[in-house]
Amino acid sequence: MAGYEPKTARARIATTAARGVVAERLSQQPRMDVIRNTIFGSVLLLAVAIALAGLALLIGDALIDGWSRLNLDLITNGPSAFPEKAGLRAALIGTLWIIGLVILIIVPVGVGAAIFLEEYASRESRLARIVELNVQNLAAVPSIIYGLLGLAFIARSPLNLGFVVLAASITLALLVLPIVILVSREALRAVPPSIREGSLALGATQWQTIRKQVLPAAIPGIATGVILAVSRAIGETAPLIPLGAATFVTFDPSGPFSGFTALPLQIFDWVKQPQDEFRTLAAAGVIVMLLVLIAMNSFAIWLRNRYEQRW
Amino acid sequence: MKPPMTQDEQPQSRASDSADSDSAARRHPSISVRPEFQRTAPDAPTREKVFELQDISVFYTGVPAVQEVSMDVHKNEVTALIGPSGCGKSTLIRCLNRMNDLIPGAEVKGRLLYHREDLYGPKVDPVQVRKLIGMVFQKPNPFPKSIYDNVAFGPKILGMDGDMDEIVEHALRRAALWDEAKDRLDSNAFGMSGGQQQRLCIARCIAVGPDVILMDEPCSALDPISTGRIEDLMMELKQEFSIVIVTHNMQQAARVSDRTAFLMVELDADEQGRWGRIVEYDQTEKIFTNPSDPRTEDYVSGKVG
Amino acid sequence: MATAKPRLEATSPRYGERVIYWLLAACAALSVVTTTAIVIALIVPSIEFFGEVPIFDFLTGTDWGPTFTPATFGVLPIVVGTLSVTFWALVFAIPIGLGSAIYLSEYASRRVRRIIKPILEILAGIPTVALGFFALVFVTPLIQDVWPGFLGPEPGIFSVAAAGLAIGLMIVPIIASVSEDAMSAVPAGLREGAYALGATKAKVATKVVFPAALSGIVASIILAVSRALGETLIVLIAAGNTPNLTFSPVESVQAMTAFIATTATGDIGTGTITYKTVFAVALVLFVMTLLMNLLSMRLVRRYREVYE
Repeated sequence: MAGYEPKTARARIATTAARGVVAERLSQQPRMDVIRNTIFGSVLLLAVAIALAGLALLIGDALIDGWSRLNLDLITNGPSAFPEKAGLRAALIGTLWIIGLVILIIVPVGVGAAIFLEEYASRESRLARIVELNVQNLAAVPSIIYGLLGLAFIARSPLNLGFVVLAASITLALLVLPIVILVSREALRAVPPSIREGSLALGATQWQTIRKQVLPAAIPGIATGVILAVSRAIGETAPLIPLGAATFVTFDPSGPFSGFTALPLQIFDWVKQPQDEFRTLAAAGVIVMLLVLIAMNSFAIWLRNRYEQRW
Repeated sequence: MKPPMTQDEQPQSRASDSADSDSAARRHPSISVRPEFQRTAPDAPTREKVFELQDISVFYTGVPAVQEVSMDVHKNEVTALIGPSGCGKSTLIRCLNRMNDLIPGAEVKGRLLYHREDLYGPKVDPVQVRKLIGMVFQKPNPFPKSIYDNVAFGPKILGMDGDMDEIVEHALRRAALWDEAKDRLDSNAFGMSGGQQQRLCIARCIAVGPDVILMDEPCSALDPISTGRIEDLMMELKQEFSIVIVTHNMQQAARVSDRTAFLMVELDADEQGRWGRIVEYDQTEKIFTNPSDPRTEDYVSGKVG
Repeated sequence: MATAKPRLEATSPRYGERVIYWLLAACAALSVVTTTAIVIALIVPSIEFFGEVPIFDFLTGTDWGPTFTPATFGVLPIVVGTLSVTFWALVFAIPIGLGSAIYLSEYASRRVRRIIKPILEILAGIPTVALGFFALVFVTPLIQDVWPGFLGPEPGIFSVAAAGLAIGLMIVPIIASVSEDAMSAVPAGLREGAYALGATKAKVATKVVFPAALSGIVASIILAVSRALGETLIVLIAAGNTPNLTFSPVESVQAMTAFIATTATGDIGTGTITYKTVFAVALVLFVMTLLMNLLSMRLVRRYREVYE
């Protein structure tokens, strides 16, 4: 900083002060700030750690509590009032039936709605916007209310199905439909417009273009969406409660019109029991459910990585 | 604003072709004229008209993009549309196969005749139109399928009779891609180079058996060697099809086309709106060596645009 | 040689295309049908309910005993029960969720973020019955063990605190991921300007990024509140099932969702007063979550608009 030398005393003081301030600004950050920064960073890390710890504790506790009951009996035994004899068989069969029908419903309806919104409806049209608004709101309705909807209109009039597997499937399908629609729309949107243009320019109709070019390219994304929706449906208990599922089912569900129980319902039933043995059973049930979900989500990730279209 | 000149209004050029080629090269050294290509001689009997555009204007939700274009496209010729960017060349060419229908709010005014039939008539089905008038796009857009399936897609969808293998081979041969593709027909089209993909798109277009091929800047995404190959291809294809090409590369237009239309951007009074208008449309030779309109002269000599 | 006249008309009427259009439209319209069905299902019994129970008494009464004789219909205890659990859930989830969001957005390297984000998403996918089990079996004893004496009596088997903690854990991913989204949307230029002036990461995060992403952050919290209000299983298992008008974390309460789940079992008769009560409570819940949701959607749109 050579060059300028102050002549008067006043100038000397001013220059020294000015140089000092500049030096401070340009050099290290003030001590206090550095300390605050470190503390802040640690606090944040602590927050993340607590979240992760919560997850770890949940899984760990279930493992520890339920370990002793993790054997084949758990899956092959049916429901029973005696903990030693109780198992998940009826619940697993019930979940399989219910989820099977859910898939049959959500794939055509969800993908169909997504195709309509993405390929046919103009962005600005009132129908499209009303549908979009509805889908978004439905995604946030508490799941117990879907159960009440099922009770009011599906189990009873006008559909009058009674408390059967099909009623549960329709109720759950309505619950997870927004997920399928949302993810399918994204999958369709990811297909570049140039593909559609190329097909249409050859003289294909819009539906031919969708069926033969756009849909096949979007299938990996759509499949991921369906698996996400199914994962959600498998874990939902609340919507099934008003559908008469709290009643104790002792048989294996046998078809769309039979009474039902499901995996989360059985676990809930065991959680409600005071005996310690049932607590172990419940923990084991939680582990089984988590394993099923891990398997599904891993499959979804594998599917996406294997078949994802890179444009 | 000078009115655009059509071919009928112009004094016919009497000089022979070769002399003009030499003087062309001298006046505009950047233009290479390839004498081996057959151009339509200026005094040859005018070929049958494929398209007749009469005062065609295109509006996108009320905003004009192209105003009052009148020109004719002739059979078995290459017709080029040139001009600076924004002058509506792509908009114009997309009218010819009704691809503008896909854009919400697009409106086409004027009369567009295809073999004397109104292309925008009330009973006309755009899907039928596109079977007869095919299009190749600026960025090659093959389907994410095998080479074979790409070419076979059109014929299958349209329910064409005949042996599919033969149809595919014929189309690939016409597109000068058979030798490179014949051993890998089942491999994914995305594995090919840009130039090969574009030739695949041409093969795909040809397989449907169109009458006209529209090309919207087909070489702008390609390297010079691929570009040259496709230009050679155009020369062969025009014997069977009529070709309309949009290009921002005027040397390309000079190389391959028989007739060239030059469009220019026009601003409205307060410089808010802009649209394209045709300035001059004539034999390519004339446009590049002796244009009638000074704006054309400025553009092709590189002074503007 | 002139070309033959081209055939430009459609070769077939293509009815199939029309049919397909309407089929697909029907699929899309189902969502509207579902919303309408839910609204009707809730409103019709509620109107009948308010025909028998004055709405003012319902909304302001503090005695909730609809299944007893004589039945009382003051809904406040279960509303407060829901709000209380939600409140304590937020007390846990906001610092943890926001802390994680800021960490992931401003501090974490790309590799760390790629590992931690999916793990947090796993938390979002845990079935609520498992979380309820966790609350009852692990969290409750934990709270009882660490409960400092000076705060008064420790919580019993069922408590707002245990349920609140579990629900808090459940909504952390919502707050974390939506807030992190909002923070990533803040343009790099704003950060870089502050860094260039010598600010520390902490200062940039708190004084630049946080305020800039505020509407998205608030949206995430509102979204989380909406989710917490509607949560059934966790409160059913861990918070107890007796209506109790209190905000204290150590007491057991009944939430609205717990009341609905307990009362709306299979043998409830359509048209009975109990049936109507259930739907009236459900209507209150529905309106609360709907309002929260609309508010949060409006906020999310706002922060997206500002930067895009």
